[in-house]
Amino acid sequence: MTTTAEPLIEVRDLRHDIAGRCVMAAPAFTALRGEHTLLLGPSGSGKTTLINVITGLITPSSGEVKIDGTVMSALPAAQRDQLRRRTIGVVFQTLRLIGALSVRQNLALAQTLALGRNDSALIDRLIAQVGLTHRADARPRELSQGEGQRAAIARALCAQPALVVADEPTSALDDANAVAMADLLLETAEATGATLLIATHDNRLRERFSRTFTLAAPGVSA
Amino acid sequence: MTLAGLSLAYLRDRALNTALNILLLTLSVATLVILVLFSSQLSERFERDARGIDLVVGAKGSPLQLILSSIYQVDVPTGNIPLATVEMLRSDPTVAEVIPLALGDSFRGYRIVGTEAAYIDHFGGTIAQGQVFTGNYQAVLGAQVARQTGAGLGQKFIGSHGLSGDGHAHEETPYEVVGILAPTGTVLDRLIITPVGSIWAAHGFTPPAAEGAAEDHDHAGHDHDTHAHDDHDHDGDGQQDHAAEDHDHGAEGEHAAHGSGELEVTALLIKYRSSMAAVRLPSFINKQTQLQAAAPAVEMTRLLSLLGVGIDAIRAFAVLLMATSGLSIFVALYSALRQREGDMAMLRVMGARPPAIFGHIVLEGVLLAAAGALLGVAVGHGVVAVSAATFPQLQDMGLTAARFEPAELLIVLAAISMGALAALIPALKVFRVDIAKTLADTR
Repeated sequence: MTTTAEPLIEVRDLRHDIAGRCVMAAPAFTALRGEHTLLLGPSGSGKTTLINVITGLITPSSGEVKIDGTVMSALPAAQRDQLRRRTIGVVFQTLRLIGALSVRQNLALAQTLALGRNDSALIDRLIAQVGLTHRADARPRELSQGEGQRAAIARALCAQPALVVADEPTSALDDANAVAMADLLLETAEATGATLLIATHDNRLRERFSRTFTLAAPGVSA
Repeated sequence: MTLAGLSLAYLRDRALNTALNILLLTLSVATLVILVLFSSQLSERFERDARGIDLVVGAKGSPLQLILSSIYQVDVPTGNIPLATVEMLRSDPTVAEVIPLALGDSFRGYRIVGTEAAYIDHFGGTIAQGQVFTGNYQAVLGAQVARQTGAGLGQKFIGSHGLSGDGHAHEETPYEVVGILAPTGTVLDRLIITPVGSIWAAHGFTPPAAEGAAEDHDHAGHDHDTHAHDDHDHDGDGQQDHAAEDHDHGAEGEHAAHGSGELEVTALLIKYRSSMAAVRLPSFINKQTQLQAAAPAVEMTRLLSLLGVGIDAIRAFAVLLMATSGLSIFVALYSALRQREGDMAMLRVMGARPPAIFGHIVLEGVLLAAAGALLGVAVGHGVVAVSAATFPQLQDMGLTAARFEPAELLIVLAAISMGALAALIPALKVFRVDIAKTLADTR
């Protein structure tokens, strides 16, 4: 299907307008497998929009995004969902764990949706990796912020996606936790062979990542 | 964990709301099920007991009362009629069969019916133990009577005057059980059958032997029969008047002979031989004699239409209740899904396709409705079972919880479709949702 030489993410001439106003304009950018990248930029620079385009949730006004060799932005909705399901795990700042399900069930649901089957050994291993074994049957509302973050990371990885996209995963955390969080992301991504793309305005993470990609506020760059 | 599992998890997550919605639907479904069971069993019972009886002749009064008392054995009789009426009607060529009934006594609440063996045959009754009566004070028990009283063959019992069982006892004239009938599922099951002569004897008329009485009677009627028949050959209508007069003479004679009151029966069950009878007989009896004729079919239709108004009102109420519970499910799902917009967006992010999410939401409505519907059926049958156990009258009517009507399946399907419908509007939103916007708007 794809060769390893193919970049995992390839962004070209990407631009998105809302009501005639440019909300995001990205310079060309590629990331190979294993090249964990920090997506930097001030608030309003369109980081979330870029992430939505990369994950196929919105169609850019112009330009293209290739994920694992396939042009995500050109696919019809159903195939876009399928590509995302197979290749991408997402971590949001607000976690978005399903409140009616336990941590373990949240992981199991994500796995069923992505793979159509359950690998409970992998789920247990991931839960252990993020240090939540004792909280596996707790509901999200019973978790601390840090525990919730770890559960969300485990969920993003439980279908073993090639790419994990995280949107501001550390902005709600204090220094120590932010760094620990970044380390956990790196560790678990390494363990499952996933490549990280982390959107943040949090400079505390810079020292952990060698590759960065900076988005300028569209008004400034244009 | 699948999307179906997620539907269940959401229902569990708001357990109180779920329980209340299920309860509301349970109540409406149970009400409908009770109505269905009650009305279907009631009308079926009505039909079964009245099958083959074209006309009932008795004393003047309410025709409905006559039907209820003589066919269904539930109301008090309208009065008595002269025994000679039997012969008068038997002589009518348009009449196939006349079964006399003498009512008024009971044993432990079970009616003692003085009649002929033909009455048992009419309901397809068969002897399970013993034999049919051959003489006075011999009784054949209906299956339910035997079961409830525990009476066996050879047992003697004393009938009491009146149908409620608290009248004075005919202690000097005990009955003996000579036969027990197999269950028929008709009114016969809860009756005690004895020759008409037993009733006459118990009430102080010279107690003739059953055979003797019948002979006497036959004899008395024989002339009459021949006479009437002749008459009939000559002219159609005049005959009846003449016969009635004749009968009066005969009755007086008997009266004199026995030194007590005129022999009477309570009512006559009549089967027509030809459809001519239906045209002529009822109007003749009602207009030209001191008797009353009532057609079960007509009276029961009248009764059911009277009851029907009440049943329709309750049914309308139950349907309204069901619509309310549908609305309640709709409101619950609608507000729950508003709160879960973020979850739905996340499901999409995780790769769930809109049709799958749509199905998952509809399933939530269907699960709610199915739980309510099945519980409702269970509760409905439970209520009927408890009612039948508590109120002997309902048991007498043959009300049972152990029967399922096809209409119940319809009710369940209607409830489930309603649950699906209630979920439809909120669920359709999933096809229009802008995930990126929802993710930005919901935190």
